[in-house]
Amino acid sequence: MGDFLVWAVWILAAAGCLGSGLAVITFTNPFYSALALISNLGSLAVLFLLASAEFLAAAQVLVYAGAVMVMFLFVIAYLGDRSEGVRLSGGPSWVRIGAVVAATALLVEVVVVIGMAAGDRLSDPAQVRGSFGSPEEIGRLFLTDHLLAFEITSIVLLVAAVGGVVLGSRSRAEDELDEAEAARAGA
Amino acid sequence: MQGPEIAWYLVVSALLFSIGTAGVLLRRSPLIVLLSLEIMLNAANLALISFARLHGDHDGQIFALAVMAVAASEVVVGLGLIVAIARRRLDLDVDRLRVLRG
Repeated sequence: MGDFLVWAVWILAAAGCLGSGLAVITFTNPFYSALALISNLGSLAVLFLLASAEFLAAAQVLVYAGAVMVMFLFVIAYLGDRSEGVRLSGGPSWVRIGAVVAATALLVEVVVVIGMAAGDRLSDPAQVRGSFGSPEEIGRLFLTDHLLAFEITSIVLLVAAVGGVVLGSRSRAEDELDEAEAARAGA
Repeated sequence: MQGPEIAWYLVVSALLFSIGTAGVLLRRSPLIVLLSLEIMLNAANLALISFARLHGDHDGQIFALAVMAVAASEVVVGLGLIVAIARRRLDLDVDRLRVLRG
């Protein structure tokens, strides 16, 4: 019974994940695409939980579906109707066909390579304790074995924050654009 | 391990990755290209977590957390660029932004 329940939840989460992923790339309005991505990330968090990554599932919901996507929605709201009406896809039709062929080729390559490299070992996962993937274990590893990775991550985030401020501050060219527009409106 | 085998997680991950690739290659709005990039990064995260579960080793999960931090940084810089493009009144269309083309 427990196994059946896990299967049912897994199939629901996987279907939701793939369906909302397709929705992200087919909606014309970026606002709906962002909402579809939130449900995509939510179903991925369920898959993470089923693969015993509890802390990562929580971080996925908090950081991704929460913080990152809210920032996305803020920017889409800031852009307003400028963000809509962009062509769905551009270029001649062979570009579009080539894109789909490239994506399919990647899919086949990934499946074949994983099947060749690990095909026979995929069916016997290691036995893990109940605390596998818990915040306690991840936190302990981050402060012992993976301390360098932890510190480098913080530097990456700091650099990104500085980059965000630099990109967000106004430049002289934009001030001139605004002045020219104001002058035109006045005349 | 209850439920599906690791192979099924990897299949979902590969499908999600190719959906993201198709989005990046097909769509012309920089916002949707960024959203598709997020899908690709998350597909990679799912593969990392499945392999961590397969080997009973936490390293993959630590790597996935680092990927999450990189993805958050990428969104900050990407959205900053999009806002800067919009404020300069340029078209939000990746095909029309060809100033740097040789």
